[in-house]
Amino acid sequence: MSYIKKPVARHPALPKNAIGLTVRDYEGSLSTLCAGCGHDSTTAAIVQAFWSLGIEPHTAVKLSGIGCSSKTPTYFLGEAHGFNSVHGRMPSVATGANAANQDLTYIGISGDGDSLSIGLGQFCHAIRRNVNLAYICENNGVYGLTKGQFSASADVGSKSKKGETNEARPIDPVMLAITLGATFVARGFSGDKGQLVPILEAALRHKGFAFVDVISPCVAFNDHKGSTKSYMYTRENYTQVTEADLVPLRREIIAKQVAHEATTVKLHDGSVVTLRCPEGDYDATDRGAAFKHLSELKERGEVATGLLYVEESDSDMHSMNRTAPGDLVAPDWDLLCPGNDRLQSLMAEFR
Amino acid sequence: MEPTDTSNPDYFHKVVDCQWACPAHTNVPEYIRLIAQGRYTESYMLNRHSNVFPGILGRTCDRPCEPACRRGRVEEKPVAICRLKRVASDLKGDVTDLLPKAPPTSNGKKVALIGAGPASLTVANDLAPLGYEVTIFEALPKPGGLMRTNIPSFRLPVDVLEFETNAILDMGHVTIHYNHRVESLKALLDDEGFDAVFIGTGAPKGKELNLPGRAEADANIHIGIEWLESVHFEHIDSIGKDVLVIGVGNTAMDCCRTSKRLGGTNVKVMARKDRRYFKASPWELEDAEEELVDILENHSPASFVVEDGKLVGMMFDIVEWHEDPESGRLKSTKLDEKLIPCTDVILAIGQDNAFPFVERDIGIEFGKWDMPVVDKTTFMTTRDGVFVGGDAAWGPENIIWAVAHGHQAAISINNYCQGVSLLDRTPDTVKLNSAKMGLHEWAYSNDYSSKGRTKMNHAELTARFKELSLEVELGFDIEQTAREVQRCLNCDVHTEFDAPLCTECDACVDICPVNCLTMTGNAAEDELRQKLTVPALNITQDLYVSAALPQTGRVMVKDEDLCVHCGLCAERCPTAAWDMALMDLHIPQAR
Repeated sequence: MSYIKKPVARHPALPKNAIGLTVRDYEGSLSTLCAGCGHDSTTAAIVQAFWSLGIEPHTAVKLSGIGCSSKTPTYFLGEAHGFNSVHGRMPSVATGANAANQDLTYIGISGDGDSLSIGLGQFCHAIRRNVNLAYICENNGVYGLTKGQFSASADVGSKSKKGETNEARPIDPVMLAITLGATFVARGFSGDKGQLVPILEAALRHKGFAFVDVISPCVAFNDHKGSTKSYMYTRENYTQVTEADLVPLRREIIAKQVAHEATTVKLHDGSVVTLRCPEGDYDATDRGAAFKHLSELKERGEVATGLLYVEESDSDMHSMNRTAPGDLVAPDWDLLCPGNDRLQSLMAEFR
Repeated sequence: MEPTDTSNPDYFHKVVDCQWACPAHTNVPEYIRLIAQGRYTESYMLNRHSNVFPGILGRTCDRPCEPACRRGRVEEKPVAICRLKRVASDLKGDVTDLLPKAPPTSNGKKVALIGAGPASLTVANDLAPLGYEVTIFEALPKPGGLMRTNIPSFRLPVDVLEFETNAILDMGHVTIHYNHRVESLKALLDDEGFDAVFIGTGAPKGKELNLPGRAEADANIHIGIEWLESVHFEHIDSIGKDVLVIGVGNTAMDCCRTSKRLGGTNVKVMARKDRRYFKASPWELEDAEEELVDILENHSPASFVVEDGKLVGMMFDIVEWHEDPESGRLKSTKLDEKLIPCTDVILAIGQDNAFPFVERDIGIEFGKWDMPVVDKTTFMTTRDGVFVGGDAAWGPENIIWAVAHGHQAAISINNYCQGVSLLDRTPDTVKLNSAKMGLHEWAYSNDYSSKGRTKMNHAELTARFKELSLEVELGFDIEQTAREVQRCLNCDVHTEFDAPLCTECDACVDICPVNCLTMTGNAAEDELRQKLTVPALNITQDLYVSAALPQTGRVMVKDEDLCVHCGLCAERCPTAAWDMALMDLHIPQAR
């Protein structure tokens, strides 16, 4: 951490987004995480994604549980709503908030401990309910806050800083999410914002549960030789399965030189995700094929990244539960409290 | 791009925009830090080492450093560098024992300096401590040159001037002859046995404006710099009520403000062009306007109007300016003409050099504009052993330029007298020392202050016009000083990058408040400038390009333009690939 505040001085030529804000208007407090933490880069990518989508900061809700990752909502969108919940219970709070007001943009920040150990059940049920939430798992394979024990995502054979080797099989949140029927599953790397930012943009625009696993190295306890979640290991074993690009509605499309056939997926708000597959034969819209392909890459020890599975439908928690239209925050008093006569007639029905 | 060659002393020096812009390369950030620590005496001496006249320049410098100041690029106004220099001078302790002194015995070499202005005095300052016997010839009864005669005492108190001229004249081995105008350089060279002669006679001749009526109205038409000199020596103590000052440079500002103090109640400055083209520094224009001087634009003088042998006004053409599409030069169109009544006119339209004392057959070649041909590096004329500096070399400039010339001429004179080639000049050297003191502690204050520029307090308007020499600017008090020093960005504490240590975690790129860092694929400079987080369009500022990074082969690029030297890149770097390092720049002087 640093002792000084980030200087308020900014580059006078900083570009402005559709609503006239610069990327610095999307910052939060200065991070108190270790210098070089992958989470800080992920935070910067989130800032970039919110900025580039032109989301008004006060219409966003950031939620988290416990852990290094869960501290990070403090470091972006200082003007947004925030909730730092109990360990592993962020999905419940997000579900409740979303039930009350579905017009806000929800982003949940979690880590491999918060999501895959104490919060695994919560994680699974949020997918099952298809809560309209971008769920970011900052995955570093260790419990950094308690000094580097292996977490549930640590790979077999990965070495701790002290030299111990992990023998327990990891839970791969991407495979889990695909199995559970998540409609948007992606993996990024904090050290590659070029790939991560468009994925985050698409996740924020996706209707329903959007899961993004971000390999986010722990510089203090898991960035050494022998670790499979270090900057070096991730870069050496990086396989970009898809190259995603979000083309929001109403934005000019500049055609890129396309080396591979592009698949397009239209999101509910009219924006389009284009997917290119450097490997050539990957279909990110076929759940079975995606699972098979990713399993093979995993066996080879490769870190598969990109938008790995996407299925756009209009369905989410609200449509499944046929909730009343409009938000609970919106109705006026008379509708919320229809008076004693209505209460008495309701009570009469039960007698 | 190739990795930046930081062994070139100019690279990091250029990042310190103020120091680079200062002709004498005063170590601005260091002297501001010394003021911040309350070490005014040390700050004064550091200033004096480079610019010789901190007290004078802290009030009168044309401040090339301030438009260059990086602070002016991240917010509206630069650091008040010049006025902080004055703080060092005002609050310094006794410097007597710290001033350079001549050694007890001379080295037997005799050097003559013509004129006792800033250029000559700097030469004396540099040579006397080496043992030279320095003789100064001054036409006036007192030293200082234009610093004394052209700058009114309400801007530069005489005691401040004399403290700094005396510091040189009292060094030992310095002899000055007052009221001694050199009439013949030939005689001086032939008869007096000097080993070297330095001409520092300035640009002493005010420009004339030959318009109809000039001769008839002579009694009430004054040449600006001569008039200011007469005011200084108290030969003139009044002027008429309605004064027109022709010209809009800094001398014009001194003339109009002096007029207000000598009885001019209606003082107008007449400018041929509009405000964009005014030569005077913006702050001098402001100070004049604060004293209720009118500045009229687009008035081109046409004639002096004389009635009964007395000046009663001036005719002006009212003009409009436009750029000639072919030559690109400004041309005027006359729209109207106008009579402006006046009692006196002061001409402040420029100064010329004059070398009546230099015979044209003694081996000193004269070139364009009847100016001696002077070597830009050595300051020597085409005659060996005769040097020129200050305004006398290439026309009117500012005091700080004269000082810079003086230092360089002194190196040449020293080399010349010691039989060393004039081109054998010690190059600048630079060394960087880490400013790291602890995990997040640095040997400088890196906490950015967002305070605006401190405004200088001025003496009451009513008081100013009662006493000619009442100093207008009151200087900064302690609170103002404490606030202003924190605005300095410490540009001499450099961001230094060590590519092999970098893990490409992005921490520095993400934290940089002014988005000046980018990791990207290497490219040619033009392309690279466009590829950065924010394109680097200010081409006067360099890109700092690293060697290829170990993991991806990309390069780290820093746009030096807007870096606020907050050190957060170094604080956020997990491997200390970034460090903040204090520049130790050595700029040689005569020795």
